[in-house]
Amino acid sequence: MGNWFVNNWFSAIIISVWMGLNIFLFVWFYFVYEHGEEFYYTRHLLGSALSWARAPAAVLNFNCMLILLPVCRNLLSLLRGSFVRCSRTMRKQLDKNLTFHKLVAYMIALMTAVHMIAHLLNVEWLNNSRQGVYDNLSTALSNLEDDTDDSDHRTTYLNPIRKNDIDPQQIPTYFVFTSIAGLTGVIITLALILIITSSMEVIRRNYFEVFWYTHHLFIIFFAGLVIHGIGYIVRRQNKESYKEHNPLFCQNRTEDWGKIPECPIPQFEGGPAQTWWYVIGPMVIYLCERLLRFIRYMQNVQYRKIVMRPSKVLELQLVKKGFKMDVGQYVFLNCPAISQLEWHPFTMTSAPEEDFFSVHIRSAGDWTDKLIDIMQKLPEGAQGPKMGVDGPFGTASEDVFDYEVSMLVGAGIGVTPFASILKSIWYKFKDNDPNLKTRKIYFYWLCRETHAFEWFADLLKAQEKEMEERGMGDFLTYKLFLTGWDQSHVNYVMVNVDQETDVVTGLKQKTHYGRPNWDKEFEQVRKENPTSVVGMFLCGPEALGKVLEKKCGKYSDVDPRKTKFYFNKENF
Amino acid sequence: MGKIEWAMWANEQALASGLILLTGGIVGVAGQFRGWEFAAYSVAAGVFVCLLEYPRGKRAKGTSVERTGQYCFTVCVKAFGPLTRNYYVRAFLHAAICVPGGFMLATVLGCVCLGIASLIYLAAAIRGEHWEPILPRKEVRKPVAESIKNPPQNPPPRPPPEMRRKQAKDLESAAYDNPVSVTADE
Repeated sequence: MGNWFVNNWFSAIIISVWMGLNIFLFVWFYFVYEHGEEFYYTRHLLGSALSWARAPAAVLNFNCMLILLPVCRNLLSLLRGSFVRCSRTMRKQLDKNLTFHKLVAYMIALMTAVHMIAHLLNVEWLNNSRQGVYDNLSTALSNLEDDTDDSDHRTTYLNPIRKNDIDPQQIPTYFVFTSIAGLTGVIITLALILIITSSMEVIRRNYFEVFWYTHHLFIIFFAGLVIHGIGYIVRRQNKESYKEHNPLFCQNRTEDWGKIPECPIPQFEGGPAQTWWYVIGPMVIYLCERLLRFIRYMQNVQYRKIVMRPSKVLELQLVKKGFKMDVGQYVFLNCPAISQLEWHPFTMTSAPEEDFFSVHIRSAGDWTDKLIDIMQKLPEGAQGPKMGVDGPFGTASEDVFDYEVSMLVGAGIGVTPFASILKSIWYKFKDNDPNLKTRKIYFYWLCRETHAFEWFADLLKAQEKEMEERGMGDFLTYKLFLTGWDQSHVNYVMVNVDQETDVVTGLKQKTHYGRPNWDKEFEQVRKENPTSVVGMFLCGPEALGKVLEKKCGKYSDVDPRKTKFYFNKENF
Repeated sequence: MGKIEWAMWANEQALASGLILLTGGIVGVAGQFRGWEFAAYSVAAGVFVCLLEYPRGKRAKGTSVERTGQYCFTVCVKAFGPLTRNYYVRAFLHAAICVPGGFMLATVLGCVCLGIASLIYLAAAIRGEHWEPILPRKEVRKPVAESIKNPPQNPPPRPPPEMRRKQAKDLESAAYDNPVSVTADE
């Protein structure tokens, strides 16, 4: 438990603050409506359901403001950049943006449910009051006429349900669908439900387009949300009326209203729409983000080289004016020839020191398959189809050089950010860059099949040679794990075990078979670096992430003088 | 959008609709709303839809992830054979179930959501999808090959005995190297 805290204390604080604000808003607004004198008559008609509807509304305002912010990637990159001087902890937090986005979404869903149920009760009870089912006071209140003053066009009645002449069972439905608040409420709740069902893990991971297109219903959600409150439906007694007509005194004298000086007819007013105060800022920021994406899309991108690699991996080397990247960052690519609206993220595999940027794209779905198809049909040396590039956006990998010791784990295609890092190391060494804080790097590559090694093996061979020439063999230790081995591999290796270089990759370091024994690896790192802060970086499946996170916790020492492992993860 | 299995999304949508119908129905009954009979119906309809939609179907392509504890539901749903396998049936069933929910405010949302789920199921059915249960894979022992039943009748051909005997005088040629190291600790 102590170790989890060491690694995640900042997240715990953020979540606590967020939750605290939610609870505060809920309780505060609950009591405003539960005890406010101006709502005395309203409460008579609605009971506590009024407060139970308004409190979640306040929480919803707050969370709808927050939900757009974690996906403003340029804003996050900007914040990240400004924290370069500050702690690593802050930057790690910004990587968990999607987790926060989901958390806020759950809160919105929960509060929508509470808000909706409370309003169902409200509408039913307002209808009953209008039908005269309740006591004299309720009937009298509901019967109050609308004395709209011509000068300000504000309505003065209390009960917003005015209709009386259709089937009483259908009045609530009629009211909801003919009032702005009701209609927008139904529409945006529907949008929210569709967004949530298409964001379930099953749909998001396997049918990305459904998720992406349906998620754009958030435009309808925000549009409806902003106008949801403009109908002045939540009524309270206005100030002047309260001075003249005290509810506590007049409530039992309904026949005398308007006839005695102490109780003139009470006048009511509705509250103005408030949501737009909360959400206008983030909406503008998000709009800027999309505008930025569009501007970048219009910028010209040239193809420097297009290479088809084995295992259906496509390498694209692109050039864009003014494009600057850091190690391990990712870009969003859009190819109008395949789909006008889809942007897909890819980690860059080139180093910042190069004058182009490259991505390795694996066949993983509709869009990538079509892209590979198009590229394969291109004649030699021709330019590819128009490509829009948005980014670069930051990842945890930027932090690799800040740790004295780094453990890099890449599973399969997850090795791509690390390709960028290793290339960058190569360049930094050649230039003797003093910014390099790292003393030692352990690199673990897990892969199922041998073919995928080829494009990366070239890079590692060059690195190996370079390290040896400079006598820096100690700097980089890498272990390659072939997790999909079978008997034929074993036989082949048995026969060739004497050779200097590995039979699979041609590298000096031998390939290991099967999955790594993480306990052994962590022990080794701890033994070799007894006092260091070790950064663990993973790009790979969730399951592996959970294992490594646990190991980091297990092998970290709360004692600041001993080895500490920090876990960083990036996945899309 | 070629590889999308609409049924997977329809399933999520229908399950959510069942829950919403159920919630709306409970509110209607507990609050003794006008038309609470419709709310009572929605409770039952919501429960039915949830039970029907809880077991996730098997994906045509790729690994299917079960919902927790869905095995018993899978067995029940499977028992109805073509009624639950066919998505046209589901689409029309959901369309029919959702209609009474429209007569009362508390259940209107559930009605609309279920209607949408019904439309997505219709799309799935038109594309030829159908529901397959996710069942645990049975251990299939490889069938014993024919040749094992007929062992060879004759011993394999060998060179004459003089050649086979190790030559005690000529140890050098009789020795051979192990291709793999056989030392105990390595």
